[in-house]
Amino acid sequence: MKKCRRCSKPATLHITEIHQGNAVAIHLCETCAREYLEDESGQPSPNPAADLAAKLEALVADDDEESVVRCSNCGISFTEFREQGRLGCPVCYDEFREDLMPLLENIHEESLHIGKRPLRSPTQTKDQSRLIQLRNQQREAVEKEDYEAAAKLRDRILEIEATLRPNSED
Amino acid sequence: MTPDGENSSFNLTDLVQRSGRWLCASGPESDIVISTRIRLARNVVGFPFMSRADDDTKKQLVDTLRSTIQATEIGRNYQFLNVEELNELDRQLLVERQLISRELAQSSGPRGVMIGNSEQTSIMLNEEDHVRMQILNSGLALEESWAEIDVLDNALEERISFAFDETLGYLTACPTNVGTGIRVSVMLHLPGLRITREIQKVHQAAQKINLAVRGLYGEGSQAMGDFYQISNQVTLGCTESELLDSLAEVVPNILGYERRVRDLLCRDNKSQLDDQISRAMGVLTSARSISSEETMHLLSSVRLGVNLGMVPDIDIATVNELFIQTQPSHLQKISGGPLKTPERNEARAAFLQQRLKK
Ligand SMILES: [Zn+2]
Ligand SMILES: [Zn+2]
Repeated sequence: MKKCRRCSKPATLHITEIHQGNAVAIHLCETCAREYLEDESGQPSPNPAADLAAKLEALVADDDEESVVRCSNCGISFTEFREQGRLGCPVCYDEFREDLMPLLENIHEESLHIGKRPLRSPTQTKDQSRLIQLRNQQREAVEKEDYEAAAKLRDRILEIEATLRPNSED
Repeated sequence: MTPDGENSSFNLTDLVQRSGRWLCASGPESDIVISTRIRLARNVVGFPFMSRADDDTKKQLVDTLRSTIQATEIGRNYQFLNVEELNELDRQLLVERQLISRELAQSSGPRGVMIGNSEQTSIMLNEEDHVRMQILNSGLALEESWAEIDVLDNALEERISFAFDETLGYLTACPTNVGTGIRVSVMLHLPGLRITREIQKVHQAAQKINLAVRGLYGEGSQAMGDFYQISNQVTLGCTESELLDSLAEVVPNILGYERRVRDLLCRDNKSQLDDQISRAMGVLTSARSISSEETMHLLSSVRLGVNLGMVPDIDIATVNELFIQTQPSHLQKISGGPLKTPERNEARAAFLQQRLKK
C-alpha cells in the first residue's frame, strides 16, 4: 500500500500531474486528497518525479558501496539506474532481476506478466537460432562423413521443429 | 520552415487546415468522451535503451524501424517525419495534435514519428522506448482501439523481435511500463462537474481501481478546458482486457455523474447557465485579443452549450477542432509564421471570430 505524501496514512487516491513535461504521480489519503482537490490554485509538486525517485531511493538502504554491479551487456550500474530511473538495455532486467523485483512489486503490486505474448515467443527465437546451429553442425558432419553424428543431429532438429509448429498456440 | 528534403513529402502546413479523425465527435458518448487512446511501448532485441544509445545507434534504430515498418502491408501508407530535423514550431504542432509526446519533441538525437492515415495511428521512434505506437479514436472506443493497435503490434512483430521476458513481459526502459507496456487513456470533457465543484467524484471513481486522472496537456491540477484524462497506471500483472474492463467500468459512472449534474443545472440554474454560455460566445466572437487559457475556458462553456442545445449553428466537431487549432503552434502555422504572444493573442481572436461567425 502506498503512503500519503502529505501525512503517512495509506494513500487511496492516485493523481498524475505533468510538470515541465514530467509525469508526476501524487499519492494522497482521503483527507489530504479532498484538500488537494479543493485547492483551486493547484499548488505545484515540490519535487517532480518524486514518486519513482522515492521508490528508487528506498532501494538503496542495504546496498554495499564496495561492489558496483554492472549490466554485462550495456554497462549501466544499478546506482546509475537508481539515479536516472531508466534501465540501460533489455538485458538489465536479467542482470538486476533480484534488485528490481521489490521495485516492480511496489509499482505494480504484482510481479508476473499475464498479458499479451509475442506470437513468435522468445523461446522460439532461441530455438530458431539453435536450429541454425544444429543444421550447420549436421552439414559439417555429413561433409566429414560422420553419419552417426549427423543422424543424432537430424533427430534433434526434428524434435525442435515439432515444438515450433504453430498449432501449440493458446 | 526547414528546407530539408526528407520531411517535405509530409506537408505540415496542410496538416493544420484539417483535423485528425479523433476530433470528429462521431464515436460513442462523444458529447462527453473526446477520445480513447491506447499506446504500446516496445523495444527491439539487441539494442540498448535510449540512456545507453549513442547517436549512431539511435540513427540505426530509426532507419531500420522506419524501413521495416514501411515494408509491412499495414505500415506502407505511414508517413515518416524526421523529428530531429523539424523546427521547434513544427515539433510543438505535432504535440498539440497529440501525434507525438512532449518527451519526443524535447529530447535530442535521431528520432522520428510515423503517422498513419487520418492521424488515427502514430508510431514514435526513439522516444523513451524504441517504439511507442498509439491509436486515437473518437469517443469511447476501448475494444475497437485495442483490436486495431493489437493488429498493428502483430504486424510489426512479424518482422521485429521485441524484447520480451517470460515472467516480466515486454521489457521497457522505465520499470513503470514493463509487462503489457500499455497505456489506455480516455479523455473526458466534464464542465458540469467542474461548475458544481464535484470533480472529486471523478478522482474517487478512478482511484478505486488504480486509475490516474490528469488534464488535456496536463498543465497544473486545474484541467484546462475541463478536460480530464483517465488512464491505467499499472502495466504488470494484469491482462490488456482486464485493464480495458477497468476503464469500461469506471467511465460510464463518470458519464452518469456528468449527465446528472447537467440535468440539474438545466433544471435549477438554467438562466445562470444560459448567461455563462452566452457570455462565453460573446467574448469568443468579439474579443480583439485572447489568451490560450481564456479560449480553452470559454470554449468549454460553449461546448457544454452545444451539447445542451443552447448554442445553435455550431457542431461539436467544430468546437473540438477549435480547442486544438487555437493552441499556440497551430495558430502560428495558420498565420504563416512565428508570432510573439501579443500578436498571437490577436491572431487567435481573429481566427475565432472567423470560425464562429454565423
Ligand atoms: Zn494524508
Ligand atoms: Zn543493460
